[in-house]
Amino acid sequence: MIRIENIKKSFGEKEVLKGLNLEFHKGKNNLIIGRSGAGKTVLLKILVGLLQPTSGTVWYDDVDFTKLGKRDLREVRMKVGMLFQGSALFDSMNVAENIRFPMDMFSTKTKKEKDMRVDLCLERVELEGANDKYPGELSGGMQKRVGIARSIVLEPKYLFCDEPNSGLDPKTSLVRDQLISSITIENNITTVINTHDMNSVMEIGDNIALLSDGHAVWQGNKAEVLTTENQTLQDFIFASPFLLKLRDSFVKD
Amino acid sequence: MLKRSLFHFGRFIQWVPQILSRPENFRMYWRETMRQMEQIGLGSFLIVFLISIFIGAVTAVQFAYQLTGFTIPRYYVGYIVRDMTLIEMAPTITCLVLAGKVGSNIAAEIGGMQQKEHVAAMEIMGVNTSSFLVLPRLIACIVMVPILVCIASIVSMIGAYLGSVPTGMFTSDEFIRGLRAFFDSYHVVMMLVKALVFGIVLCLVSCYQGYYVKNGSVELGKSSTQAVVISNILILLSDYLIAVLLT
Repeated sequence: MIRIENIKKSFGEKEVLKGLNLEFHKGKNNLIIGRSGAGKTVLLKILVGLLQPTSGTVWYDDVDFTKLGKRDLREVRMKVGMLFQGSALFDSMNVAENIRFPMDMFSTKTKKEKDMRVDLCLERVELEGANDKYPGELSGGMQKRVGIARSIVLEPKYLFCDEPNSGLDPKTSLVRDQLISSITIENNITTVINTHDMNSVMEIGDNIALLSDGHAVWQGNKAEVLTTENQTLQDFIFASPFLLKLRDSFVKD
Repeated sequence: MLKRSLFHFGRFIQWVPQILSRPENFRMYWRETMRQMEQIGLGSFLIVFLISIFIGAVTAVQFAYQLTGFTIPRYYVGYIVRDMTLIEMAPTITCLVLAGKVGSNIAAEIGGMQQKEHVAAMEIMGVNTSSFLVLPRLIACIVMVPILVCIASIVSMIGAYLGSVPTGMFTSDEFIRGLRAFFDSYHVVMMLVKALVFGIVLCLVSCYQGYYVKNGSVELGKSSTQAVVISNILILLSDYLIAVLLT
């Protein structure tokens, strides 16, 4: 589980996060949603340690992540996997080398064991045989799958995904959501997903937090999204009249 | 301007210890160092060769022209070309060229990785990115730049020979006699010291520019240009300081 307490973050005069308190549960898909500029990416960067909060604490289970020294921070980070919005695959390496990179850096496994693990991860994301392809030869969706494979290669306890469905069609997005969700459940890991995609919210949203103006204004699950009276959430999710009508008819039924 | 320069200097000083911290995995660093040596060394060989051969030829021809009418023996041209090449032309011109070719490439490569979140991805994996991205390049520059400068000095003298002897300015014997006259091995030491310092300067400046690039293609272009401009200025400044200290 990851818990954040009174997280604040300012850039100069501008306060982006204004005292967030949230919990992200183990074995669940924890979604962070909110309008552009609401502070989702900043929060995600604080969660993985790419940014330091101005004040507040991030707890990884019972470890205070914000106060770790370099060595301890590295140990925690080895339990973290992250899928970036643009996949962040290394252009000079092929798919297998990309996935093997964290193992090459930190694992004491033999080459054969590493190759087997790479094949297993590729099979998990349904990209068997793509070992020798370079990122430039893959579609956006395939690159994201390689990104997922790389993020799970060290069997992380915590998985972070930044906009995993950006630039993907609805059908591919659904498949990607289901893949992330099944990895979360199978491995009982804490997954935090930063998303704009309402399909994701309704499909895999076990624990959803809505950020608005630097505050967490709503937290609940996908079933509660439909029935909530929270105006900020309604304005965000049912932004178009069509979706509003759809929701009304759904609730009536 | 001064405030900004001090900001960068302070950040650079804080950054250097991170580069020199213990590598997480020596084999990965070794592999990356070899890759960089190939890119920096072999990748720059042709341009260094071409520039050196012409600089050698031009130096010989122009000195021969300027010494015409004086009572200085003709073989002195070989001597002047040799010492000029060793002390100044080979290290300085080669490193100014390398700052343009290698420096801009390093800044663009690391800057591109920073912008495409490759650096963030490595950080999250637990990699010390300052060290992993800079140390192999720094070692590659420390090894390859002096080698390239040595090659440049030899090629430059061959260029001087080819540019002057076949055209009948001197005989082959005169030129070779000049090359051998009054040789002081200290000049070779000076050349290597310059090459080493310039190599370190161009590598660290370019890595810094790439590592701290802001977002956007315009910024990437700027950082690449800055890497070349600042490297060139610092190379010329250190050239002067080394000349003062070692002569």
